[in-house]
Amino acid sequence: MASNSELIDVLVTLGDDHLILGHRLSQWCGHAPMLEEDLSMPNMALDLIGQARNLYSYAADLEGRGRTEDDFAYLRSDREYRNCLMVERPNGDFAHTMLRQLYFAAFMKPFWERVAAGSDDRLASYAAKAVKEVSYHVRHAGEWVVRLGDGTEHSAARMREAVDALHPYTDELFTVTQPMRKAIEKGIIPDPKDIKDDWMVTINLVFNQAFLAVPEVAFPQQGGREGLHTESLGHLLSELQYMQRAYPGLSW
Amino acid sequence: MTLTLTPLWEVFIRPRNGLNHKHVGSLHAADSELAMQAARDVYTRREEGNSIWVVASSEIVASDPDKAGENFEPAADKVYRHPSFYDIPDDVGHM
Repeated sequence: MASNSELIDVLVTLGDDHLILGHRLSQWCGHAPMLEEDLSMPNMALDLIGQARNLYSYAADLEGRGRTEDDFAYLRSDREYRNCLMVERPNGDFAHTMLRQLYFAAFMKPFWERVAAGSDDRLASYAAKAVKEVSYHVRHAGEWVVRLGDGTEHSAARMREAVDALHPYTDELFTVTQPMRKAIEKGIIPDPKDIKDDWMVTINLVFNQAFLAVPEVAFPQQGGREGLHTESLGHLLSELQYMQRAYPGLSW
Repeated sequence: MTLTLTPLWEVFIRPRNGLNHKHVGSLHAADSELAMQAARDVYTRREEGNSIWVVASSEIVASDPDKAGENFEPAADKVYRHPSFYDIPDDVGHM
């Protein structure tokens, strides 16, 4: 059971990253700058929410206390959420949203590739599916960052603002919690430090084409992995969880 | 979004191997790469196909509707061009 509790923690942490970012992307639905992106962002949101469902369901099964994916998503408070701070940041403009997606996807792609070859069969099968989805996210977000960075003076300025605002949150992708350490030792997930090079290669490739510079970060922002969030998460959860909080147990 | 920066593209999808690409619609995109991605996002969400072509609408040469008469009507009285005036022997089977 002791070993399970660590894997459960890792699954929920990963699930939180995916649910919260998926919800953020879904908020663009009906508000995107063009119809094509109005479909593209919810497409990616559905990929992420699907991955969150797999992760929460697996955690619920391991826990064996009769909880479901919905209990994890709808009935935990902000302090119980372990997502990294970057995914809960407000969408900002389209440049912010695409850059955040690139930062996250460029991390998750090598992460899932290694999990797919890892020691846990059920998680590996989810990872194999996720690799295909996240590969497209890297491509889609990356192409937009290039076009905005190498676009008009105005789009380039907004892209640079997004880099300044979001880059301080990227460090947290590479933090390792105690339960993660155990899962790394068992070969279930990779050590984030081993995928930092892959991440940097992707970011540099895009930034070079986009005429963007990777900034020096004086004060990296973190805390989400310990449940210490920004003011944004509570507002997000109040919307996400409204229905189950107002009508407990309601189902379609 | 300024439409001159995002011109129109025509999208063709092949539903299965062995079938033809078929015109399914159009979209706006800044260039061919983004047009391809948008086509994937807009037109293949329900497993509609396994191959996509995108073509800049401006590259398509269309027949002139005013010349429809001279283009198409001369074919109207040449029914003998339809290969339907002979019987196929049973031995041939399905054609």
